[in-house]
Amino acid sequence: MIVQGHAVSKGVATGRILISETPISFLGGIDPKTGEIMEKNHPKNGVSISDRVFLFPNGKGSTVGSYVIYSLKKNNSAPSAMINLASETIVAVGAIISDIPLVDRLERDPFTLFRDGDYVEVDGTRGRVVCNEDDCGVTDHRSL
Amino acid sequence: MHLTPSEELLLDGEDGYVAQKAMEILTTLGDIYDADRLIPIRSAQIAGVSYKTIGDAGLEWISDLAGTVKVPSILNPAGMDRLRWEELGISEEFAEKQEQIIHAYERLGVAAWCTCTPYYLRDDLSRAGDHLAWSESSAVSYANSIMGSRTNREGGPSALAAALIGKTPNYGYHLDENRIPTIEIHVEGRLSGTDYGALGYLAGAIAGDRVPLFQLESVPSNDERKALGAAMAASGAVALYYVKGVPPHPVACDIRERITIEHREIAEVYAHTGRCDPDIIALGCPHCSVAELTELRDLLRDKTVETEFWVCTSRKLRDQHPNLVAGIESSGAKVICDTCMVVSPICERYGCMMVSSGKALAYVPHMCGVDAVFGSVEECVRAAVSR
Repeated sequence: MIVQGHAVSKGVATGRILISETPISFLGGIDPKTGEIMEKNHPKNGVSISDRVFLFPNGKGSTVGSYVIYSLKKNNSAPSAMINLASETIVAVGAIISDIPLVDRLERDPFTLFRDGDYVEVDGTRGRVVCNEDDCGVTDHRSL
Repeated sequence: MHLTPSEELLLDGEDGYVAQKAMEILTTLGDIYDADRLIPIRSAQIAGVSYKTIGDAGLEWISDLAGTVKVPSILNPAGMDRLRWEELGISEEFAEKQEQIIHAYERLGVAAWCTCTPYYLRDDLSRAGDHLAWSESSAVSYANSIMGSRTNREGGPSALAAALIGKTPNYGYHLDENRIPTIEIHVEGRLSGTDYGALGYLAGAIAGDRVPLFQLESVPSNDERKALGAAMAASGAVALYYVKGVPPHPVACDIRERITIEHREIAEVYAHTGRCDPDIIALGCPHCSVAELTELRDLLRDKTVETEFWVCTSRKLRDQHPNLVAGIESSGAKVICDTCMVVSPICERYGCMMVSSGKALAYVPHMCGVDAVFGSVEECVRAAVSR
């Protein structure tokens, strides 16, 4: 299955989806050392975005968030790729300076299409997400 | 977005990795905001300087870059006075990191002027009709609303990317259609001095990111308009506003909402004063002009301040006006450069800060965790000398 969207930050990477239904502030919301979600009351508080394909609607908060994404990369704790509904400047710039593939505005709603743990390829150069039918939209990834 | 052949080459990496990354930032922002092309800029003013704000993450990124800016570029305030940091209680570790950040920018050809008032430095940074890539929100408002130049409010990396390429994507406040006022704000009563900062503190929260058109009973000076714009950019996200009868005038109006701010409401902003007893008084947000320094020198003449008293301005003005500085400092007040009460970690050591700026009033409680009270410049001086 190929889901077409818009290229934001170039590169190709694979990984398992991690979903945040709510916008993310990288400054204060993500631990730059470990990649763990630190935001209070976030349902995935304590879960690491490291090496995952991080799917969230958009960024929010301080523009310093772009540098936090860069720190994650330098600390080997960055997501392998990111998918947004619509990227804003903080996440877009952070992904570009960190060489993390990022796509947004997919032709199908990624929040209904993907589940946590789905194995996908994000192609930030061609602006699309590719996944094996068997690996996508599965509600229970027991192998994880 | 349409790119010229030479821009395409930069994007393909012909001029190296950093130019390629800078082009990717500009073209991606252009794509997000539907820009048709890149346009040349006159100058860049780059945020993301204070070590308190950008931390090791930002330092790392800037240090990894190589290249040379293509247009005159200067910096936003840093986290400390670069000469008097020790006297002000900045730790050696902080000072070292702060200098590393500034040197990393200098290596890229950015001038190490750290100020939120670039328009006082050099005339050629911004002229009417120029396109700019400036970061500091009060300077953005000043450039758009007073100088008649055009800039969006850039983040640190996008301003630096624009500086490295010498261009910015053509969207937002670069376009005529986004420079049309949509909310009219009528203000009752005559205003003067810090009243404009108080007005901005109120109006920004109402206007949000719209373009306000003010109907005022008094004609504000440039310093008063600076204070009004700075406060609206802090309590709201106003990047451009107009004052009826004062140039530059809007080319068209599309007023969707009309509101009135009563003089009583402005007086209530001052009424915050007295809620806490200031242990520091900090003026110069945005950095003081020569006129503001002169006013302070006159008010402080033959007086001695008994409370920590900061007057923030740019290093350039301090260097150019040694007599003014000496006059102010003979009272015991400190003329601080390269930084301000909002971006310096020193402010966190105090419990209650008295300010004359609507912008500082909006930011100090959040960014420093310090209570803030608002007063006119005269009241600030009175509070300092009568303890």
